[in-house]
Formats: sequence, C-alpha cells, structure tokens
Amino acid sequence: MSQTRPIYLDNHATTPLDPRAREAMMPYMAEMFGNPHSTNHLYGFEAEEAVEYARERIAGVIGAEAREIVFTSGATESNNLAIKGAGAFQDRLEQGAKRHVVTAVTEHKCVLESVRRLERQGFRVTWLGVDGDGSIDLRELEAALTDETLLVSVMAANNEIGTLAPLAEIGALCRARDVLFHTDAAQAFGKVPLDVNAMNIDLMSISAHKVYGPKGIGALYVRRRPRVRLEPLIDGGGQERGLRSGTLPAPLCVGFGEAAAVAGQDMAAEAPRLQVLRDRLRDGLLAGLKDIHVNGPGQNGPRLPNNLNVSFAGVDAGALMADLKGLAVSSGSACSTASVEPSYVLRAVGLSDELSRASLRFGIGRFNTGAEIEAAIAQIVAAVTRLRQAAGASAAQ
Amino acid sequence: MATTVYLDDNAAAPLRPAARDAVMAALDLTGNPSSVHRYGRLAHRAIEDARAQVAVLTGATTAGVIFTSSGSEANALALQGAGPRRAIVSAVEHDSVLAPAQRLAACATVPVDGDGIVDLAALDELLGTDASDTIVSVMLANNETGALQPVAAVAKLAHARGALVHCDAIAAAGRVLCDMTALGVDLLSISSAKLGGPLGVGALVLRPGLDIAPLLVGGGQERRRRAGTENLPGIVGFGAAAAEALASMADQGRIATLRDRLEAGVMKLASGSRVFARGVARLANTSCLTMPGVLNETQVMALDLAGVAVSAGAACSSGKVSASHVLRAMGVPEDEAKTAIRVSFGWRSADADVDAFLAAWGALHARVGAADRTTAA
Repeated sequence: MSQTRPIYLDNHATTPLDPRAREAMMPYMAEMFGNPHSTNHLYGFEAEEAVEYARERIAGVIGAEAREIVFTSGATESNNLAIKGAGAFQDRLEQGAKRHVVTAVTEHKCVLESVRRLERQGFRVTWLGVDGDGSIDLRELEAALTDETLLVSVMAANNEIGTLAPLAEIGALCRARDVLFHTDAAQAFGKVPLDVNAMNIDLMSISAHKVYGPKGIGALYVRRRPRVRLEPLIDGGGQERGLRSGTLPAPLCVGFGEAAAVAGQDMAAEAPRLQVLRDRLRDGLLAGLKDIHVNGPGQNGPRLPNNLNVSFAGVDAGALMADLKGLAVSSGSACSTASVEPSYVLRAVGLSDELSRASLRFGIGRFNTGAEIEAAIAQIVAAVTRLRQAAGASAAQ
Repeated sequence: MATTVYLDDNAAAPLRPAARDAVMAALDLTGNPSSVHRYGRLAHRAIEDARAQVAVLTGATTAGVIFTSSGSEANALALQGAGPRRAIVSAVEHDSVLAPAQRLAACATVPVDGDGIVDLAALDELLGTDASDTIVSVMLANNETGALQPVAAVAKLAHARGALVHCDAIAAAGRVLCDMTALGVDLLSISSAKLGGPLGVGALVLRPGLDIAPLLVGGGQERRRRAGTENLPGIVGFGAAAAEALASMADQGRIATLRDRLEAGVMKLASGSRVFARGVARLANTSCLTMPGVLNETQVMALDLAGVAVSAGAACSSGKVSASHVLRAMGVPEDEAKTAIRVSFGWRSADADVDAFLAAWGALHARVGAADRTTAA
C-alpha cells in the first residue's frame, strides 16, 4: 500500500488539474503562444480571443458580465487588490471620507493582513467574532455599519471549517448603507451557487486551482453598476482596464475558464456526491473512535459539502499526519502549516489550544472515490488508536 | 495562405521545448507547495530546484529569488517595496517601472541620447550629494530598440551617493549575461515568458542582505516577501527556460546574423529607412526600424496579412496610437517615430523568417512607392 500514491484529501489547499482544463490549455502552450495584448497579428488575436472567452465563462458562473472579471495571479492577489485597492482609492481620490472597514476574525490570512495594512494607515477596523459554527452575527454586523464604513469583507466559505456565510443577507445590509461588500470566495466558487446580483456582491475573489484549474491564475469580480473604484497594485501597461498590469497568461486563463465552466455545470450533481462522501467519512470516524469532535457547522448547518474538520482528543495533529503515510490531509490552512501555532479559526469557534492542536482538516474532491473514503477511515481509526495507546502507555510508566 | 512567421519574441517568446516538458510534468503535480504531506513536499522541491536555476541565470543566491506573477509585478514590488521614497528612472524605462516610480513621493527622469543611452552626467547631477532615500532604476536592455545601458556604471555612481539600484532585465535575460553581482545592482527583475518560459511568472531578485516590503500580503510564501500559492508549473517551466537560455547563449551569434541580414535587406529596399540604436551595443535579437512615410500600424497590418507577425512597439500598449515614448525620448520626431516597427527574433527564428519578412515588407514598400508616384503624376 505504501508504494501507491497517498489518498488526496486536501482539496482545500489545492485541487488536481481536471483533464478537461488541462486539455483546453494545451494549444496555448504550443503553437498558440501569442501575447494576448499583441492585438495586431494573428498570434495575438487568437490568444486574446481565448482569454476573452475564458473571461465570459468565469463571469457566467457567478452571474456577472465578462468585463467585470479582472484576472489576477490568484485569490491572494485578488483579496489584496480588493481591500487595499479600495482603501487606496479612498485615500488618494476621495479625501478619505470613508475610513472604516468591517471583517471577521476567521477570514483567510491574506484578508486579515490586507485589512491590517489599512488599519496601520489609520483606517478603523471592526473585527467581528463568530459563534461555535464559525458564523458571524448579522445584527452585530448591521450595528457596526456607519456612514464612514467603506467596506465589509466576509468570506463565502471558510477554508478550515467550511462555514458558509449568509451572503445575500450581508449584501442587502451593505447595499442599504452604501457600503462595498467584498467576499473571498476562493473555497466557495464552483462548489456552491453564487450570484453577484442576487447577493449584492461588489467584489469577489476567486482562484482557479481550488476548482481543478491551474495554479497561478485567479480573478477579482469588480462590479460596474454601481461602479466600484479601486487603485491598482500592479501598474504599468494598463492591462485589465488599468486595474492590473502585466501580460495575461493565456494558457492559464483558458484553463481557468474551462475549469469554471465545468464546475458551474456539474455543481448540482457534484455537491451532493461530495456531501455523501464527507458524511460517510464523518460517520465512519464517529463510529470507530471515541472522544472526537466535529468542528464547524453541524449536520444541517451552513457548510461546504466537501469539508470536514475533526479534533481527535489526546492526539497531536502533527504526529497523526506523520503516521498517516497513505493519506494527504492537513491541520489547517496550507499557507500557515509550517507554523506551530494552533489554528486561529478553531480558536475563534471556541476550541481550546489543546483540541485545536489535535485537529485535522479534510477536503474531499471531484476525484475521490467511496473506496478511498473507506480506506481513509480505516487508516485514521488505526492511527488514532495506536497513538492514544502509545500516549496511554507512556503516561502509565 | 502564407506560412506564419513569428518575429515578435519580445512580446512573448514561443515556449522552449525543455520548458514545455517541465510545465507538462508539473501540471500533474497536485500538491500545494506549502503543504507538509508528500504531494506538498514534491511540489516544494520542484520550486526550489527552479529557484536555483533562476539564481544561476542572474548570479544571485537562491534566497534572493522571489517568484512573482510577471515582470510587471517584479518591477512594482521593487519600486514600491524597496523603501526609498524617491525614484530616479531613465526616460526609456518600461511602463511597469515608470508607473510605480511615479507613485513614490518624488520621481525624476534621466534623459537619454539619440541611441537611447542614459546620460551619466545628468544622472550624477540628479543624484545630488546624498541619495540615501533614492532608488535608481535603469533597464539592462530596452524592449523596443534592444539598446544596452551602462548599468554597471549607473550602479557605481548611484551607490557612491547611497542610492539603491534596480535593474529591469526583462528584455535582456537569456539574451545577454545578467549577473547581478557583476552589474553591481541591488534588485533585478526578470520574466519567464520573454526567455521562452511560460506566461504568468517572473522574479524579483535581491542581493544578499537586502529586504523588501511585500506587495501581496497573507500567507508566508516566498519568505514572507510575496504571499499566494505558488504558480508551480509556471515556476518549474521558468527554471527550465532559464537554464536552457543560459546554456544556449551562443545561439545569440546566429540570431545576430539573422538580424543583420534583415537590416541590410531593409536598407537595400528603402535607403531612407532608419534602424535605431544600430551604432551602440544592443541585443542580438531586436531591431527597431522605420519605413519612411508609412505608419507602423499600416506596416504591422500588411505584414500580418502576409503571415508575418511583428509589432509596433511594446505589446501592452499596442492598442494605443501614440508614438513610442522610448523613441520620443531619443529625440526622434513624432512623425518618424510613428513609422517604426519592432522586429524581434528568438530561439526558433530561421533564415526563412528573414526572407518572408523582406518579401512582405519589400512588397508593401513597393506598393506604397507606386501609389505615391501615381499620386504625384
């Protein structure tokens, strides 16, 4: 067994490239290599046409217009551009009338860090707490909004515990107060239905490699009516309507477009299938092990269908992962797995540091099978039992 | 229809076979390089191997290499993140240097001569006695004319006054040696696509000991200097392209021969045409030339119809109709600047490309000449 590739259950960190997306990219990595901005010869035209078609397909998944999609290098750049770009525009061009930002403590690091940048520049920040499910309190959000509020940033789906935010309700509150609503939808895009108009979303960050597209490409949805104004982070050639300079990587845009279209089409069928696998994993662990705790929203709560987060009392997550050689999982967000701090998300939902350090995140994906889930259950149950026995034995000595 | 001839490598070079193979293999590596499981470790190792290849190309340490999403991002990071509040840039820099430089508290421009070479005496004056709060940015090779700047001399001058020195080596990398230690610069930008690697990746390279404030914040990738999940296939392809470009540097001699034959052919067809920066050291692959009285857009369109791809200047601004700021800075009159096209060769270019170009360009020249004679008569 150990010679075969580990079972990949870390689909929140990144997803395998879908063969359809891979196939779509191939011509643009061979003869159709033009710069999509060289719009005066054949090589440029065909690359430009492909990029614009991809833009349309991505927009279609979220009910946007193609020209509202700004390509970036990924969700981190999109989040930086949305938050710091909105703040910088306010500072430079509107004399800083609106200098208040609202966000939640469970956001992805790149949102938290971007908001902290604004805070250091003198913006006031309201940090919303969350309940045991990881949900913000809408009344608390409403109460935080003032005439000075520029932006609310709340993620569509949490990357560790899968909590889905009530986007339509947040959007309605923001629109009523003339506040920009940004959502980091890196985990939600292509997994749950999103509609920028029905939900009154002004800015949305998405990423290709979380939906079986290539790494190195993402997008920021930027509403045109009413128009959202941002200052660019990367300036120069003026591509992407001045919001993001730099040559667009046509092959990556094309792969993203294909992956988005596939995810949009298959969402209705794929979500329940992943949920069945997720529930089977959860029930198998609950049946096989005592003293485990499922983190995040419960059975019928607002949760990504493919997410599971479990604390195994008395077991160190690092030791458990090292023991699970046939399994690729994580103890939290990939960008911070190198750090030894317990997850700030789990802490925010009320877990002790000890339980946080005993937690694993499972992200089930398109290419996982029922047999893999059964194998994973068996491996985890065996590993946890073994580690607990070892700990018990050493405690007894 | 004629075979398609590509002579626009400075906009985007065709992917080198070694880079393509590397990208293909990496597309099938699933892991997030930050993940600690086997998939993550394999991805991480692939990135570190590519980092070493880029470090060799630029004469840097691996720790100095920061992968970005493009050359533009590398330039923005350099100008905005290095610290100084004042910039001094040459008048012929790329827009991705000029724009972030202009966002600093102050920005001064060094003029260039008729060949596009920076005026060192003017730089000396602009630096003043204390330039410790200044970043000087001068490109190694111009992307439109190929002219090579005296970067080592610029660095020496600037360092003597305490300034930091950035060099945009995007057009130069893989075509001339870009050893940042030999050049004596503190920061150097390069781009994968311009040297035959995949689009969507670039690097800012720092000399040892220099720190930079990130443009993108969030996760701890790239030693906290650039957040965001790494473009794994892009980076791996970039590394392979960098290694191959360095190994095949001798190919530039062959490319220079192609370029020289093209320029000689052009001069023979139209004695009034002009090749810019012809008298100074320049890249072997770039030729910026005019067809008197014929707008560059007309030339580019006619060449495209004949199956030959060239450009009217930098690709990012090819939608604009204004004359090149590079040529204007060189003192070229606006009317003449609007007749200049850029022909740029690469690893795939061959004699047949030169023949096809000369046939198409010559036919256009003859057509225009005949039309003029008809008008005159």
